[in-house]
Amino acid sequence: MRYLPKSPDERKKMIAEIGAKSIDDLFAIIPEEYRLTGDLNVPRQHAESEIVDYFRAAGDMNATRYASFLGAGAYRHYRPVVIDSLVQRGEFLTSYTPYQAEITQGTLQAIFEFQTMIAELTGMDVANASMYDGSTGAAEAVMMAVRITGRHKAVVARTVHPEYREVLSTYAKHQGIEKIPLGYDRETGRVDLAALDASITEETAAVLVQSPNFFGVVEDIPAIAAIAHAKGALLIVSIAEAVSLGAVRPPIEADIVSMEAQSFGVALSYGGPFCGVIAAKEQYLRQMPGRLVGQTVDSDGYRGFVLTLATREQHIRRERATSNICTNQALVALMATIFLTVYGKEGIRELAEHNMAKAAYAAGRLSTVPGAKLLFDKAPRFHEFVLKTDEAPAVWSKRLLNSKIVGGIDLSRWYPELEHATLWCATEVMPRESIDTAARALAAAPVEA
Amino acid sequence: MTNESNPSTSSAATRATTGKVRPHPSQNESLVFENSSPGKRGYKLPPLDVPAVDTKALLGSAAREVPAGLPELSEIEIIRHFTRLSTWNYAIDLGMYPLGSCTMKYNPRVNEFVSRIEGLADAHPYRPDSLAQGALEVIDLLQRCLIEITGMDAITLQPAAGAHGEFTGILLVRAWHESNGNARRKILIPDSAHGTNPATAAICGYTVENLKSNADGGIDLDALERQVDSETAALMLTNPSTLGVFENQIHKIADILHAKGALLYMDGANMNALVGKVRPGDFGVDVMHLNLHKTFSTPHGGGGPGSGPVACKAFLEPFLPIPVLVRREIEVNSPATESWENVGDDPLPGGTLPMFRAPAAEPLSAEDPRKQRVTLSWDYNRPKSVGRVRAFYGNTGMFIRALAYILANGPDGLRQTTEDAVLNANYIRAKLQDLYELPYKTPSMHEVVFSDKRQAALGVKTGDIAKRLIDYGFHPYTVSFPLIVHGALMIEPTESESLQELDLFIAAMRSIAKEVEDDPELVKTAPHSTRVSRLDEVQAARKPILRWRG
Repeated sequence: MRYLPKSPDERKKMIAEIGAKSIDDLFAIIPEEYRLTGDLNVPRQHAESEIVDYFRAAGDMNATRYASFLGAGAYRHYRPVVIDSLVQRGEFLTSYTPYQAEITQGTLQAIFEFQTMIAELTGMDVANASMYDGSTGAAEAVMMAVRITGRHKAVVARTVHPEYREVLSTYAKHQGIEKIPLGYDRETGRVDLAALDASITEETAAVLVQSPNFFGVVEDIPAIAAIAHAKGALLIVSIAEAVSLGAVRPPIEADIVSMEAQSFGVALSYGGPFCGVIAAKEQYLRQMPGRLVGQTVDSDGYRGFVLTLATREQHIRRERATSNICTNQALVALMATIFLTVYGKEGIRELAEHNMAKAAYAAGRLSTVPGAKLLFDKAPRFHEFVLKTDEAPAVWSKRLLNSKIVGGIDLSRWYPELEHATLWCATEVMPRESIDTAARALAAAPVEA
Repeated sequence: MTNESNPSTSSAATRATTGKVRPHPSQNESLVFENSSPGKRGYKLPPLDVPAVDTKALLGSAAREVPAGLPELSEIEIIRHFTRLSTWNYAIDLGMYPLGSCTMKYNPRVNEFVSRIEGLADAHPYRPDSLAQGALEVIDLLQRCLIEITGMDAITLQPAAGAHGEFTGILLVRAWHESNGNARRKILIPDSAHGTNPATAAICGYTVENLKSNADGGIDLDALERQVDSETAALMLTNPSTLGVFENQIHKIADILHAKGALLYMDGANMNALVGKVRPGDFGVDVMHLNLHKTFSTPHGGGGPGSGPVACKAFLEPFLPIPVLVRREIEVNSPATESWENVGDDPLPGGTLPMFRAPAAEPLSAEDPRKQRVTLSWDYNRPKSVGRVRAFYGNTGMFIRALAYILANGPDGLRQTTEDAVLNANYIRAKLQDLYELPYKTPSMHEVVFSDKRQAALGVKTGDIAKRLIDYGFHPYTVSFPLIVHGALMIEPTESESLQELDLFIAAMRSIAKEVEDDPELVKTAPHSTRVSRLDEVQAARKPILRWRG
């Protein structure tokens, strides 16, 4: 086996030095009735070239040459080449969690830079070293708010990503956290502020909203914060499209921000690994879940970095920890750090502008197709929009697929009231030609040459 | 020991070598923000092919006024910055990483290569199932392999890491008890367990009850018998234990639990000791998680991403998180179906991969599903499900890597891997047990746990020995864990170490044991060869500085 660095003679020599007769002696403690006597029924040993062939075939089956208007929490952005050049360095790739600070300063300093960038982008004071993804991050943020306030109800906007809300339900169920759904304004697609005011009580730990929300609409965060804070509830803002922060005002009135950073240079990879992160106001630091890197000095006075405030964590606090999270998404956070360094202060703004331009063009072009119209066009949006069609999405999506285009996702899957409504996304990598082709296919007119 | 293998702080000895390390220049590097200057660029966007928009007009009061304080650097500076940082890290690629319980094995490069193949890396999670058959095929094959390896009946790959897998597994336990009318109240956890176990039980709404280990560091059957009652939901057991010891009474443990209607959860962190030799499903485990980033070679990446699949017995299958992958056979008479011959429910007939028969060059047509004989799709209609534990389907990129590892090994390679991992740990044990205290004499599997008892008598603790190991060119072992061993040195070499590397490690540990007697201060002030010396953790925690401010 090519990964195993021992010759048959070396194995024999080692077994002899241990004082065993054969390798079986070392497994003698396992009751005989359970020991396997034959091979596992898994594929035979394969050559590297065969493995590459297998996954290439799998990739080809996935039908790659499609233009896609899918977004909804997973976004296609260009990934600068230097990201993979750098994260594939073995010193990053094959290093463990940096508990031994003296020999992991590289990872530690990079995480410190990540924490700084996330704090800068979100307008929060502090950010952690990462969470699994945006969905679990949002659930952890709600649990954090429950710990801070000692209250047990969470008002959750229906415009938060439906799968994030499902994950929150799974987490909340066994901790006595009650989830109160909050509707949206049918005209703007934004949180219904009157309903928000009515649903917060003295028992509300937090209000969870997403901005840009699941319909791509930017929420009125200052107004939401004012209502939440008036009754002593915390405001948690979930951000599923991190690139929006290049153009959209950060949610500085929030107490906690839970962000999915996949857009920062992380491949779609059929849904993971992505990169969640929690950022918050400084006073809530001790209730934050997950790892934190802090700056300190060594015994000679030089600047250095360590994992810190570990008394919040499971390996110290066990059942009283702020979370059970251990392994997080460090290498993906490094991708995001490199991405943000590549684009920098000006680039992230310019990138956000390109996204908005593409989406504005796509929304304009598609909504002029007969029988189609934009929903929620009274509120500002980033790079996603909701299109309502006379025809059922199942019908026109076939025409689009024939033109090698994957259209918007059917919203009735999560919002039964939004019949024939689909969520479309156009990022900076969407060619104008694909938008035009999609519009022609949607119109059902014979495709002109 | 010769002077050659005994580095110290004196300038003459600075040039000495243990045979593994020599002093090496290390570049200074500022924080990325300190290298920034306005106007430098590391990017270039293509010209817009659509009309530009006035974002401030579109967003109104929601527009960003103050740009985020991100750094501005050119590409060469970015490459140098992160490359320099990388050189400050120790890594498996540089040498042995004997962290017990962490399974720091070789991360094959073909795994990285195949995970970046365009059709897989670019796949959007919401694309129609018909356009994602390649990704689903990979997931399906990995699921079947892991079910076979664990001896369980069903699996979910959704959890993002081990602790997330524990959460999912205990939710299954809870849902099953609830379906029987009583969720029960407590989870039993041995005192040798990982910290994630009690933290998980608490998150799932259970009370944690500690189970004291017996004189061998294993489960005390009498105590278990006394503590298991009608309110016990499950025992969370790590097997082999964190002492690296196989619970050879495992069937009795399972029987005691099952007799009272409680379940046996297995923390699969130490599965690298078992693959191909014995299957948890055969010895009474009801539900368990795996760590693809330990046993199945996906990289740790400085702390993730991981992946923590949960495998279970058939009676827990209805409770698995949504969505669940299902296979459907479609009857067709298309000539293209020839390529799908013999692909049925029979898992992996003849050890051959079904996909090798699929047409590799021609992507399957989206509008003509008849060309597919087997289709895979996600099933969301699962009324008994515990719900969703994360968005989408899991860390697919990690599934690809883990499957590549299984394919590279095959059944014989997986077994040999386990045997080598156990052989390496026992070799270290045999070569060090005269100098380091072995608190439990029970046979070791894939890791060995010593204590610092003899060294502590001279004022040197396990943490000091660990730091001194750095000067010899090794990453430290796991320090002070498991908690049941006072001053533990927990060493897991994995199968990836050659005899030469093991011998260097053993020489280093023997040399340090001698230093403890001759010059304890040298050990207590280690490391002496790193770019930073011991860092002030107290100051870091007292007045936390968690971000740069210009």
